[in-house]
Amino acid sequence: MKTQLPLPRLTAALGLLLAGATLLTPSARASEGTVIAKPGGAPIATELPLEVAVLTKAPNVPPPIGRKHPAKVVVNLEVKEVTQRLADGVEYTFWTFGGEVPGLFIRVREGDVVEFHLNNHPSSKMPHNIDLHAVTGAGGGAASSFTAPGHSSQFTFTALNSGLFVYHCATAPVPMHISNGMYGLILVEPKEGLPPADREYYVMQGDLYTQGATNESGLQAFDNVKAMDERPTYVVFNGSVGSLVGDKALQAKVGEVVRLYFGVGGPNLTSSFHVIGEIFDRVWTEGGMKHVQENVQTTMVPAGGSAIVEFKVEVPGTFILVDHSLSRAFNKGALGMLKVTGPENRRLYSGKEIDEVYLGQQSAAGSAASTREAQLVAQKAEAIAKNPEIANITKDIQLERGKKVFLSACFACHLQEGQGLPGVFPPLAGSDYLKADKERAVRTVLKGLSGPITVNGKPYNNVMPPQEFTDDQVADVLTYVMNSWGNASGSVSSDEVKRIRRAGQ
Amino acid sequence: MWRSPQTSTSSRDSERLAKISGSLFKPMFSRHHHLSAAFALTLAVSAIAGRADHTVPSAPAGMVVIPAGNYAPLIRTKDEPPSVPVAAYYLDERAVTNAEFLDFVRAHPKWQRSRVSPLFADVGYLAHWASDAELGPFAPAAAPVVRVSWFAARAYATWTGKRLPTTAEWERTAAAGFTSTNGATEPGFPAYALVWFSKPTPDTLPSVGLGRPNFYGARDLLSLVWEWVDDFNTAMVSGESRGDTGLERTLFCGAGAAGARDLTNYPAFMRAGLRSSLRASYVVPNVGFRCAQSVSP
Repeated sequence: MKTQLPLPRLTAALGLLLAGATLLTPSARASEGTVIAKPGGAPIATELPLEVAVLTKAPNVPPPIGRKHPAKVVVNLEVKEVTQRLADGVEYTFWTFGGEVPGLFIRVREGDVVEFHLNNHPSSKMPHNIDLHAVTGAGGGAASSFTAPGHSSQFTFTALNSGLFVYHCATAPVPMHISNGMYGLILVEPKEGLPPADREYYVMQGDLYTQGATNESGLQAFDNVKAMDERPTYVVFNGSVGSLVGDKALQAKVGEVVRLYFGVGGPNLTSSFHVIGEIFDRVWTEGGMKHVQENVQTTMVPAGGSAIVEFKVEVPGTFILVDHSLSRAFNKGALGMLKVTGPENRRLYSGKEIDEVYLGQQSAAGSAASTREAQLVAQKAEAIAKNPEIANITKDIQLERGKKVFLSACFACHLQEGQGLPGVFPPLAGSDYLKADKERAVRTVLKGLSGPITVNGKPYNNVMPPQEFTDDQVADVLTYVMNSWGNASGSVSSDEVKRIRRAGQ
Repeated sequence: MWRSPQTSTSSRDSERLAKISGSLFKPMFSRHHHLSAAFALTLAVSAIAGRADHTVPSAPAGMVVIPAGNYAPLIRTKDEPPSVPVAAYYLDERAVTNAEFLDFVRAHPKWQRSRVSPLFADVGYLAHWASDAELGPFAPAAAPVVRVSWFAARAYATWTGKRLPTTAEWERTAAAGFTSTNGATEPGFPAYALVWFSKPTPDTLPSVGLGRPNFYGARDLLSLVWEWVDDFNTAMVSGESRGDTGLERTLFCGAGAAGARDLTNYPAFMRAGLRSSLRASYVVPNVGFRCAQSVSP
């Protein structure tokens, strides 16, 4: 965006410029060179505190500016042509800003005067330049920065507009220069800064056109026919397939606010940027600073455009960044990961609660298929039961699960060691009442028990409420009780519980 | 393999036929184009037969002849004609080598590295040579000479009794494919022309003359180094490739490269871009040159 001031503001700005100029003595003007007026603000001379910009490789972002005043910021960016991995087994000669795709991230403050040095490495084949969308001026700096291999150019601009801006090479043929990796982001922070975020990351999408098919190995050359037809062989985040997965995934902790500075270099495709499993709490759409949209699922980012998305991560897990034009994500590389660690929050997200066979209309009970399946299941159960090794493991598993059930409910009355409370709650450890009748034990858990009973010769008269357990839980907890604290009286299966439950209804 | 310009040879056509037939049996040929030898021979013979119409004297040693024809500039203004006639000329088959340039600086010490005027060559002139008159490991004798300014290239050409080719001459030669005057219509050729760009410049350049000869017999035009042309500074592409309509001349593109003849010819755009990024005193690690000569008037 280039400044389009409404007429009154423009006039005011010009007025300020003139006023500012008249305040300076001729000698001051001569020594300071240009005097730059910021609409609505005081004129800014170029004699400002000097800073050298911190530039970062994706996915990292330079720290917030923090300054409350403008500065003269020197940016040194080296253009280099480098051969590196595009996908496994696939190499590509990228043309880069800073040896990286996307180019190094630049962060300045609204009103800063930026002295830009573009250095084209002597090993480059091509002349290159840079068009920063943050520049208000012809070509965005391109004409002033056209640089032969082994040469260096300098130009200066004032960052008039806050926002997240794309920069790119604008040398003919432009689509090839961009496709080969010549794009990046420059963030012009508003004067008041941005709200704090716990994590800030830099992700940029680009489309590539190789002479070989997708994943064809070897050093691949650019294919201008595919580029003109807009048929990319790769659509990638941060310069290569898999740049943000596995060990290289973005990281965050539960409860943190994650902010992504997302840009699209293109040259051709618009991105439907989406993070699977998250909703963007806030989106600075199109990289502008004025309007923040909330609760966005997918934000559209044009080629040569950007967006800032922000969300608080509430639950742990791996969240997938995609271009939701999904063939690009699935087949061409537009996929990244955000790994969030920390405690689960089952209220927000349960994880998988049930996984069972669903037969649907196609396979009604009694059909040949379901009969056959039932036979096979029975056969499997029998085989397991006959194999002592597996049977023991099955029982061990049951004991562990049963202990959990016991500690979640039963221990409140029967106490941790099943000893009970004399005269009030009967014991389970060494209980003759328990050992005498397994079915009664199951019914007791399912339906509860009240009235007088005798356990180990002592009378009890109390009320035990029915337990709201699943069949599995009843089987597990009774197996645990019947094999703990000196008890050794076999086990209860889920099928037995089911049968008894049905019989009692 | 390299024949110096001073060596004399037999008649132009028999040399050319021998060269083309010989190249048929180089593995490169069939690997790149899968033409059967018989088919390729037919093409080669018919190419020679077709060229019998041109009444052009045979080329000096080490040069190839490019018959008169038309050149359609990549970029032109509305006022300029879509194509311009180009007279017949001779062009070096290969780029000038380090060894040849060494002969030149020995004959003209003012072009040696330590003596060259800074007006005519920037810092870095012949920087990869071991010394003023010694090539060393980074400048193999048969590799193309690079890091030479336009002034130096021009002085060399004059020394050999030749000149630098014009943009029109160079581009007309480079527009040919392997089997015709128009590479753009040869299957696979446009893609081939982009392959060089996918490879970074090696630290030490390979020898000249290893590339497959194009239709005219010139080698390495699209596969070794950039080359100076006499009128490089008329390319006039500003750094801003999309908006050059606003300049004092209607130079380039504008509104989506509207002034360009062939928007699909990416290599030609890149050459135009490179030329316009240069100044005559620049020395660049992958810019060399070859010489041309007019067919006597």
